[in-house]
Amino acid sequence: MTDMSMSPMNQMGKPILRREDQRFLTGNGQYTDDIHLQRETAGVFLRSPHAHARIKSIKLEAAQKSPGVIAIFTGQDLADAKVNGLPCGWLINNKDGTPMKEPAHPCLAQGKVRHVGDQVALIVAETQWQARDAAELIEVDYEVLTAVVDTAGANSATTLVHDDVPGNLCYDWGHGDKAATEAAFAKAAHVTKLSFVNNRLIPNAMEPRAAIASYTKHDDSYTLHVANQNPHVERLLMCAFVLGLPESKVRVIAPDVGGGFGSKIFLYAEDVALVWASKRVGRPIKWTAERSESFLTDAHGRDHVSTAEMAMDANGKFLALRVSTTANMGAYLSTFASAVPTILYATLLAGQYATPAIYVEVKAVFTNTAPVDAYRGAGRPEATYLVERIVEQCAREMKIDPVEIRRRNFIKTFPYATPVGLTYDVGDYDATLTKVLKLADVAGYPARKAASAKNGKLRGLGYSCYIEACGIAPSNIAGALGARAGLFEAGEVRVHPTGTVTIFTGSHSHGQGHETTFAQVVASKLGIPIENVEIVHGDTGRVLFGMGTYGSRSLAVGGTAIVKAVDKVIAKGKKIAAHLLEAADTDIVFENGEFKVAGTDKKVPFAQVSLTAYVPHNYPLDKLEPGLNENAFYDPANFTFPAGSYVCEVEVDPATGVTEVCAFSAVDDFGNIVNPMIVEGQVHGGIAQGLGQALLESCIYDKETGQLLTGSYMDYAMPRADDLPSFKVDNCVTPCSHNPLGVKGCGEAGAIGAPPALINAITDALGVRDLEMPATRERVWRAAQARA
Amino acid sequence: MYAFEYQNPSTAAAAIGSAKGDARFLAGGQSLVQAMKLRLSQTGTLVDLSGIAELKGISVAGSNVIIGAMTRHSEVARSAEVKQAIPALADLAGGIGDQMVRNQGTLGGSIANADPAACYPAAILGLGATIKASVGQKERAITGDSFFTGLFETTLAPGELITSVEFPVPDCAAYVKFKQPASRFALVGVFVAKFGSTVRVAVTGAKSSVFRATDIEAALSKSFTPEAAAAVKVSANGMNGDMHGSAEYRAAMVSVMAGRAVARALG
Repeated sequence: MTDMSMSPMNQMGKPILRREDQRFLTGNGQYTDDIHLQRETAGVFLRSPHAHARIKSIKLEAAQKSPGVIAIFTGQDLADAKVNGLPCGWLINNKDGTPMKEPAHPCLAQGKVRHVGDQVALIVAETQWQARDAAELIEVDYEVLTAVVDTAGANSATTLVHDDVPGNLCYDWGHGDKAATEAAFAKAAHVTKLSFVNNRLIPNAMEPRAAIASYTKHDDSYTLHVANQNPHVERLLMCAFVLGLPESKVRVIAPDVGGGFGSKIFLYAEDVALVWASKRVGRPIKWTAERSESFLTDAHGRDHVSTAEMAMDANGKFLALRVSTTANMGAYLSTFASAVPTILYATLLAGQYATPAIYVEVKAVFTNTAPVDAYRGAGRPEATYLVERIVEQCAREMKIDPVEIRRRNFIKTFPYATPVGLTYDVGDYDATLTKVLKLADVAGYPARKAASAKNGKLRGLGYSCYIEACGIAPSNIAGALGARAGLFEAGEVRVHPTGTVTIFTGSHSHGQGHETTFAQVVASKLGIPIENVEIVHGDTGRVLFGMGTYGSRSLAVGGTAIVKAVDKVIAKGKKIAAHLLEAADTDIVFENGEFKVAGTDKKVPFAQVSLTAYVPHNYPLDKLEPGLNENAFYDPANFTFPAGSYVCEVEVDPATGVTEVCAFSAVDDFGNIVNPMIVEGQVHGGIAQGLGQALLESCIYDKETGQLLTGSYMDYAMPRADDLPSFKVDNCVTPCSHNPLGVKGCGEAGAIGAPPALINAITDALGVRDLEMPATRERVWRAAQARA
Repeated sequence: MYAFEYQNPSTAAAAIGSAKGDARFLAGGQSLVQAMKLRLSQTGTLVDLSGIAELKGISVAGSNVIIGAMTRHSEVARSAEVKQAIPALADLAGGIGDQMVRNQGTLGGSIANADPAACYPAAILGLGATIKASVGQKERAITGDSFFTGLFETTLAPGELITSVEFPVPDCAAYVKFKQPASRFALVGVFVAKFGSTVRVAVTGAKSSVFRATDIEAALSKSFTPEAAAAVKVSANGMNGDMHGSAEYRAAMVSVMAGRAVARALG
């Protein structure tokens, strides 16, 4: 890597204000709904009011005659056109080696509806209101069936969500060394056991899902504008698996996207139906989800029911962990649903600890609820919640300080191969824990607890030492684990004749600030002003390829692809410079934006080299192509392993059950940091989401009818600023060992680490074993009443 | 939203004259417009009251504060007269919704809608206010105690327009709102007011309609202390129960919030 530490253009590690915020904050962002195509029509989806019903008939006549209606499509039309259902991107095999069940996932319901909000028909009209009026005139005759709602009970339910899936069981999977785990339990001095519900969440991106599909007759091609986190993956899945179209005929553009948190990774039924219908209609069709549709149909998150047991020796040393989990897939398998409670969950159950034996079994079940898939953290929050809650409980039962029991069990030498299939490359868990104890002023806690007690309040302190696997992923490892796609990233550096640069990246920014962070990296490497670097993303028509943004992978994988392409540019630039300076290639060094002959004062600036590449009058045309434009694909050698230590301090009012989060301190190790301001923002957002899950948020379906009871902000409690304290955040750095930037990823950490810290603090305050998330006021009040 | 006719009269009489058939009055629109947007509410004619000057304003006459029906929550919240005479009422208005809701929402709109978790109904009952309303040529005065008749129901006749509300000035009063965490409406809101030896305690959010907690009133009439209120065990009978709080929890919170309201009233 080029040494840029002395360069005046070095932007690394600087808290540069986000370049994209000017347009976002002044109302000049261009989101899908802001785009208006010529002759655009409006699409509206008629959705199922029932959780589970057979469709006996659909009468369209009255709706078709309604003013402004252009066309109405149902599942039958898609079946007649041989449009396939949606694919699942990850194959999980059962314990017996047989593959998981993948029931049909039609883009418009065929025969049955399987959750409230399931799409039944697509109405295309001149205006949105005309489409809605027509939707109300469609008569669907439903035979309402019993709904399967409960995660824990789905496997034993007599009703089947899919007739071809016995026991509603998608898969029954096992991971780890069962025999070694059983043996360790047999000789344990003490076993701690806890049960967990990891509450179901609704993603709530600020921008709802939206799409505009259009078909162009003259070249028989489609363009889809869509609020999506990975346009190339959307195109690949839609073309190869569903519509049978060549990718060359489909352009997917994900313009400014207002948040995703995972929910915009997936190929959704609406996107496919709109693309298919756009050719039938011959005009563009726009659909923007209403907030109610977002609640009902965005893929939800979490929804695990688990038990865990930790075997220890007499000194609180962990011997083995045994876990059994049931994970709710919802009504259909969403794009990456099957991987979340397996590959992204079970592999993280070692946490930061040298537990020698781990065995986990996971049953995935279908229910009459919205599909469940990756949501900020995806599997890793569920693993961390389980590990950090049981570790805290181990400490309490063994009467060992919770800090001490963690230190006693930390992994201390690296690389470390866990018993669940990952190899942690670097880390220093004692360092983050030591730093957070100071940041949280744990030493002063007893005095604060006494002061609370004087006021009739219960104070509690909770810890969480999380680890996550980011930089997803080495494609060969992912493939061996069932991934049906590669997980590399692509980047292109297009140097223009004047020396300005456009970067095309397969990563996608939907709030992360890539246009700033990536530009900082490139400007620093090339020694040019950041203003000379433009970042382009989110368009399959402009970007060569991409696997997109999720799993905190953008800088570690997408950034590395860019770095590799920049290195190629520099290597070619050295050859051009060698020609201009009449020196050998090997004597050229690149520093501070200048190519120099080592040990001399002969030099040529970057912009002159780029100009020469495009005006090759004096150029080694016999040896070198003109132009300065390089691509790179980067497939990581390993996952990255961000880790950190969080401390949460709460005060509970036993009279009301109100929990005040008094302080939250976080020390993370994300490896090297390019823009500390953006990283801090990511940590703040993640912690807010994590505390939201633990304290407030809960997606609740009626147990009998399967109706969504938390279908609006009147009932779904999002965390707000006055629910949260001012966070104290800091970092330790152990650079990632296997990518050139030494970075690990920071997008999900807060959402992963925060929930157990909060619940550990509340259970500490109340002196109870457990408290189910979210820690609602009534749950806390009841626990406090039982205590008194 | 379904299509509707829009009228914008400049006098109360014209507004009342326009209120025919299924016409609805539009006050601040903070509930009605949302329901219309979701197609949960449909009306042929919407009579916008925002241009009627006579329905707006705050005055103090003798021992009463009189507030026009179209006075916005934010105006009540920052009114020097209200803060001086009944600070609890200004405080209540300042805690409704968020700033945008308070800049649009009105006193008349709130009580006409009679949301079981709204704040203003607690002040109407807690202070024993009188509601002035007109239909046709007739104006009448409705006692606060008889105004709310059930879930989203009042004693108002079809087409009857609230013009103003008279709030008696108490010796001291306070409103404590225990918010439902998602909507931030009152899960339990308690308004306590002391008039000489008489104490009124009104509770919103806990049942299908605002009500007076007579057990707590009796206890506070004997001893106007936080302890006296908090010691009353309120029956869970008839209390709302939902994901945000069971009937039992709401009942317990009525006592707790009544105690806190008394403490605040005593300053």
